[in-house]
Amino acid sequence: MIRVGLMLAFFICCSTGGKIAMTHGMKQVGEPESFRPMALLRFVGKAMCNGWVWFAIPLLGGAFYSLLILLSWAPLSVVIPASAFNYVVGTFGAKYLLREQVSVKRWMGVVMVCVGVTLVLLTGKI
Amino acid sequence: MTPERRLRIKTLVMVLLMVVCGNLGDLMLKRGMLQIGAVVISPAGIWHTLLATIHNGTIWLAILFLIGFTFCYMTAVSWADYSYVMPAGAFGYAIQTLLAVLILHEAVNTQRWIGVVLIVGGVLLVGQTHPSTTQTKTVAP
Repeated sequence: MIRVGLMLAFFICCSTGGKIAMTHGMKQVGEPESFRPMALLRFVGKAMCNGWVWFAIPLLGGAFYSLLILLSWAPLSVVIPASAFNYVVGTFGAKYLLREQVSVKRWMGVVMVCVGVTLVLLTGKI
Repeated sequence: MTPERRLRIKTLVMVLLMVVCGNLGDLMLKRGMLQIGAVVISPAGIWHTLLATIHNGTIWLAILFLIGFTFCYMTAVSWADYSYVMPAGAFGYAIQTLLAVLILHEAVNTQRWIGVVLIVGGVLLVGQTHPSTTQTKTVAP
């Protein structure tokens, strides 16, 4: 239970950190001016020159590998629902790191996810 | 066929593909990790697992499905609203739990099902937010 909880925390940190870094990087890069091949290549090239994108890539790799470790330890019906805790950390990251506006409805969703994940983690032998 | 009906049908097909690819990807990952066995947290254990995952066909199949999921998701949100595509992701938690019971024969008790239902509801609420509350810029040519 403790090792699953710790690995889940590592997974959530890597996954959310990676997504936030990728979002921050892509916001600096901006939207592609069109979907023509040359414009898309220029867009990918600009993304590859962004430090935040490079910071995100190893974090997302770490998230995938820790998901594999979690799946080797716990049932799928625990790991996948518990991974929804991403939304909780993601909402805090969006609010305090990316300075996005978070509605009351979204905070209610965060509370529901927290209770749901706690119930899932407390069930059965993992 | 009207353009609106065509858009609705192609979005529905893409969302369906997204659900199938995402769920099969996670199922295959679990099956692959069952073949590899429980990971031991030590430098040797992690190295062994890394090599075992690289040589495991089921894991590669899972990665293909997950790439398919990402492609379908990105394509769907490129023409449809996030709030339209998002519920599929939320219900994925319930579908995944059901598949774990039916295919992997995992035991899921009532408490866990209640937890899953709360998660689905919570994720739906989190997703019902304005897609952009900050300003983005466009790449100059």
